[in-house]
Amino acid sequence: MRRLQPEPAEPAGGPGAELYAQDRGHIQAFIYISFILLAVGGVYGTLQALDKAQVDLYPYLPGFLSLYYTGLTFHGVALALLFTGTFIIGFLSLAIVHGLKRPLADRGLAWATLTVAVAGVLAMVVPIFRNQATVLFTFYAPLKAHPGFYAGLVLVALATWMAALNAWQTWRTWKQDHPGERTPLMALAALATWAMWFLASLGLATALLVYLLPWSLGERETVNHLLTRALFWFTGHPLVYFWLLPAYLSWYTMLPAQIGGRLFSESLARLVFLLFVVLAVPTGLHHMYTDPGVEHSSKVVHGVMTYAVIFPSLVTAFTVVASVEEGARRRGGRGYVGWLLALPWLSDPSVAGQLLAMLIFATGGITGLINSSLNMNLVVHNTMWVVGHLHTQVAAAVTLTFMAVSYWLVPLLRGRPLWGRRWAVVQVWSWFFGSAIMARGMHWMGLASAPRRTYMSFAPYYGAFAEWNWAGIMTASGGVILFFAGALFFMIMARTALGKPNPAEAPQSVPEAGPLHDPPPTPRWLDRITPWFVLGAALAAIAWGWPLVRIATRYAEMPGFQLW
Amino acid sequence: MDIDRYERLWIMLSAAVLLSLFLALVYSVYALDIRLVDDAGQVDPATAAQTPPFDEPGVYQEGPGRYRVVMVARAWSFQPAEVRVPAGSDVTFQVTSLDVIHGFRVPYTTINQMLIPGQVSEFRFRFAEPGEHYLFCHEYCGVGHHTMQGRIVVETAATGAR
Repeated sequence: MRRLQPEPAEPAGGPGAELYAQDRGHIQAFIYISFILLAVGGVYGTLQALDKAQVDLYPYLPGFLSLYYTGLTFHGVALALLFTGTFIIGFLSLAIVHGLKRPLADRGLAWATLTVAVAGVLAMVVPIFRNQATVLFTFYAPLKAHPGFYAGLVLVALATWMAALNAWQTWRTWKQDHPGERTPLMALAALATWAMWFLASLGLATALLVYLLPWSLGERETVNHLLTRALFWFTGHPLVYFWLLPAYLSWYTMLPAQIGGRLFSESLARLVFLLFVVLAVPTGLHHMYTDPGVEHSSKVVHGVMTYAVIFPSLVTAFTVVASVEEGARRRGGRGYVGWLLALPWLSDPSVAGQLLAMLIFATGGITGLINSSLNMNLVVHNTMWVVGHLHTQVAAAVTLTFMAVSYWLVPLLRGRPLWGRRWAVVQVWSWFFGSAIMARGMHWMGLASAPRRTYMSFAPYYGAFAEWNWAGIMTASGGVILFFAGALFFMIMARTALGKPNPAEAPQSVPEAGPLHDPPPTPRWLDRITPWFVLGAALAAIAWGWPLVRIATRYAEMPGFQLW
Repeated sequence: MDIDRYERLWIMLSAAVLLSLFLALVYSVYALDIRLVDDAGQVDPATAAQTPPFDEPGVYQEGPGRYRVVMVARAWSFQPAEVRVPAGSDVTFQVTSLDVIHGFRVPYTTINQMLIPGQVSEFRFRFAEPGEHYLFCHEYCGVGHHTMQGRIVVETAATGAR
């Protein structure tokens, strides 16, 4: 693997041992916890995919594990909230450490973050498996879960804030030691992700702390369910960007180095991450287009803003592909299209996995545009189409990128070479095909009006729609491929992590791409975060202030229901 | 800031695409008058079942070829569970939920709404052809969610309405 350092003034420390020594423990713990959640949540995912073809394997599980909606709740919570959250904390911590070439500012805080996150995960998972929180990962009131469910999510959110704080402190001390220097892109990208997430998570925190947790504890009789639903989507849409930006971070700042190339435009890369801080939050009402009680004009504003947030992703499409092309040409690629063949599609699982993730991600961008259109949304809202869209983004683009990243990250932090590189290549390709096939089946089912989040094996109307069956078989086939691709991933990871220590054969450093134009002429305003954060907060206040106040002050509240 | 020639072109194209989407949206809202479901009134969920019009759910003829369907949703049924209207009818639905959040979906139509307790969902659809439609809940509402369904029977115009 070829490494290009943009600023040789500060050597990364060759063998990364010293640089990562302080933080390798808690980062690995986060990564392994995320793997466990991915494994169990993934098994349920396969069962749900099979259910779409009316193949019901749930009854073969013991006790509460055999309940469809309990499994569905665990699948969503474990994958959308917990796997992503824990992996991202670990990965962004490493990006800060490598980006700033220094350990995290507060070692104690890092371990405290891990403790809080583990407590949160357990507090959520235990009531789910005791069938006391079968409310799905969106937990819309007036469905009322066990207090542990809400308290656990508060702790997980708190853990993300603690990790963000640690990153921020590390940046501050770095700036004191490097007055006047440009913040390295990798660190800036991680910090921008944290800033975006902090702003976005305020909605969820308010919903949980002010309303849902006191309500489930009996401190509050009733809750304004439309308000908590809106607050969920305040966070729920930018949550997708919280998953996505760490993948972008890898595509921009690491992947080009893995290919042997450089980053095409560092200034635009910075602009992209900072634009997400500004544009990510005022978008969530497009999830509530069909909700009565939310006025039309606010929905239109959020629809427009959702189009705007596509802009940084379109810029990414150019910059990342141009960087990949540059690397491919340095490897001897020729021709307008022929350079694609020079990429290590079959030899480097980490590179191939991320390139394949990008391919699926592009399709998800287009279906996302459809979802956010006022009128086309009526055709697809709450159908399996939306599930298909979500899976192209989180199951394919994000998860496949995280798997591909793990192929260097786990060997690096464990000091052991990757076990079974060829198997890993098979793994990323089969994950790619599995998710593409499954998502295609889901989109098809959705266009045939099949509802999402529905136990199809027992839906009395399933048989009336011949198309559902074919589309469901396609969904199930993709799900089965994903099951085996997932099992292969965990086997490779386990054999890597438990293999013989061999630091000399393991990767020595986080891959870091230098800029194509050296030194990059980066303007000052692309080296700051606070002004962008203030701008984002202002936009969020404008787009969300009125609808939230309106809902909070006008509407009836409800007691809780436990309909499971 | 140094931006490559092709990259600049790409950025301008991206901006143009997004701008045209934005204009299409503005056009559809202001010129075509496409409106999303909005505020169609509130009703106290605790007493909705005793409050007009939801105290008497059913199908009401409002004029030639115009019907109003008043419906309540609760876990896990719609009332009335069957709606009969003649083909060619313009039907206005007025629906609310008595307990948790439900959905209201008629396959292969644009009828696709959320039902929020306390809120009235009001929407219209023209059933041009005779035939039978399912209607089902599309938001998770507890363990019986997948059984929550109803029917809309569009009869040939001659048979008339109930």
